[in-house]
Amino acid sequence: MRMALSEQSAAGDAGIAGTVRAVPARRELVYRHSVLVRITHWMNVLCLTLLLMSGLKLFNVHPALYWGNYGYVGAPTVFSIDGVLDRFTQEPVGLMRIGNRTIETTGYLGVTYDSEGYPRRGAFPQWATLGADLALARDWHFLAAWFFVINGAIYLLSGFIGGHFRRDLAPDREQLRPRHILRDIWDHVRLRRPRGEEAKRYNVLQKFAYLAVIFVLLPTILLAGLTMSPAVTAAFPFLFDLFGGRQSARTIHFIAANLLVLFVAVHVLEVLLSGAFNLMRSMITGRYAIRPERTP
Amino acid sequence: MTLKISRRRVLTAGMATFGSSLLAGCDRIYDGISPRPLLDFGQWMSLHAHRLLLAGQPLVREYALADISPQFPPNGTQMPDGIDYFEMMATGFERFRLTVDGMVKKPLSLSLAEIKMMPSRTQITQHSCDEGWTAIGQWTGVQLAHLLQMAQLAPEARYVVFHCLDELDGESYYESIDLFDAFHPQTILAYGMNGRTLPVEHGAPLRLRVERQIGYKNAKYVTRVEVVSSFERMGSGRGGFWPDRGYQWYAGL
Repeated sequence: MRMALSEQSAAGDAGIAGTVRAVPARRELVYRHSVLVRITHWMNVLCLTLLLMSGLKLFNVHPALYWGNYGYVGAPTVFSIDGVLDRFTQEPVGLMRIGNRTIETTGYLGVTYDSEGYPRRGAFPQWATLGADLALARDWHFLAAWFFVINGAIYLLSGFIGGHFRRDLAPDREQLRPRHILRDIWDHVRLRRPRGEEAKRYNVLQKFAYLAVIFVLLPTILLAGLTMSPAVTAAFPFLFDLFGGRQSARTIHFIAANLLVLFVAVHVLEVLLSGAFNLMRSMITGRYAIRPERTP
Repeated sequence: MTLKISRRRVLTAGMATFGSSLLAGCDRIYDGISPRPLLDFGQWMSLHAHRLLLAGQPLVREYALADISPQFPPNGTQMPDGIDYFEMMATGFERFRLTVDGMVKKPLSLSLAEIKMMPSRTQITQHSCDEGWTAIGQWTGVQLAHLLQMAQLAPEARYVVFHCLDELDGESYYESIDLFDAFHPQTILAYGMNGRTLPVEHGAPLRLRVERQIGYKNAKYVTRVEVVSSFERMGSGRGGFWPDRGYQWYAGL
């Protein structure tokens, strides 16, 4: 978020406090996202979509997760998705197992139905996957991973050097007061959106979410992914210790991917609730309209 | 060292695809554009990044006896077809010979007994399949570097091809690695597994262990080690049974 242009955009009306009330409140257009943030954001959308879809295909090839150094068909799983035939009815059944718990997921996971109504075995439905076979899914996953890494490196570097993290993402001191955080949570619950000056910065929950994704979740998913490579772990064996083994890393990679999907779901929902047009415009052109404070 | 995916090939292919897609217009979008050059670019990036990371030839982590996994799922061929293999197996592979030939100054033909007399290396390592599973096993064998030094490579030597006794889909299994991996200390031709003779389902009498790459590179039932300058005339020219079927020749990830 950059405020540099806000004065220009807002020029014309209320330059001085006090006149705000005299003149009917007008929307103020601020320059919210730098070109670099916008480009890396959409590049990230593309990369993460390709990574998720090819990743689901990779999971489908061996739809079970383990803990520790090893794991294979027959070893104890911590999570799995199966498509089986019901012993009595001979109907296909999708089963998701988390630890000792089994949940029937027919139609969604394990067994899905194609457009003609035929059952199809596979952990995740085919429409959600990318790559006709394992070889292509691997190719897509690793290609997208390269672009994700390069894109992320550019974003991080510019974020630190250009001050984006310090200026826009680091919570302000008063935002960290428990009272403020509680009020922010309450505002989210009531779907109350900030107006005026308060809308010119990210709210504190938003900052926490972005910081967690940028500095915890995405690095975790990347490092856990690298831990699955026998070449990378030959160079950096401490990755095994960091994640507790190659199969633990695969499990953590999967969990992190799910958390990322959850983040994106909430992120998109927030966009829809907070003015989809305005927010989409701000991530494309950079310009974001600030709704004026309510006049008392 | 010439690597399989040359920079020029990737860049020219990439340019060509990009250019033709620009020129061709919409009518050819559905049959003219292949993501292949882009995907090859990804492979090229991974190979070269890994070569940088592994420049000091570090060893992969080795485990203790207690870490060996209770099972080790055999993959691919579990027992080669044909009376020849069966007879060899029934006689304890007495008749088996390993050939080392191609671009070498002194071709070798070795019996299993001769190979077992050579200095051996034992390592407990992870085996990770591209499907996603991992097992841990102990392998005993001769370092490939030892055989290659005995055979003395010709200056044109670039790749080592492993020809196997088994067939899949009616075609002989084969794999290849370059000299960077061939001379790695943990790259061995193993005749022992978990303290016993290498079982048939795991590639008896001799299999490759190339520890910095994944499952399918570790060819089983190896009968011939051929040193070549290029594998373009072999199979479909991509350097291995699975690479010929679209899988990555470099499988360090």
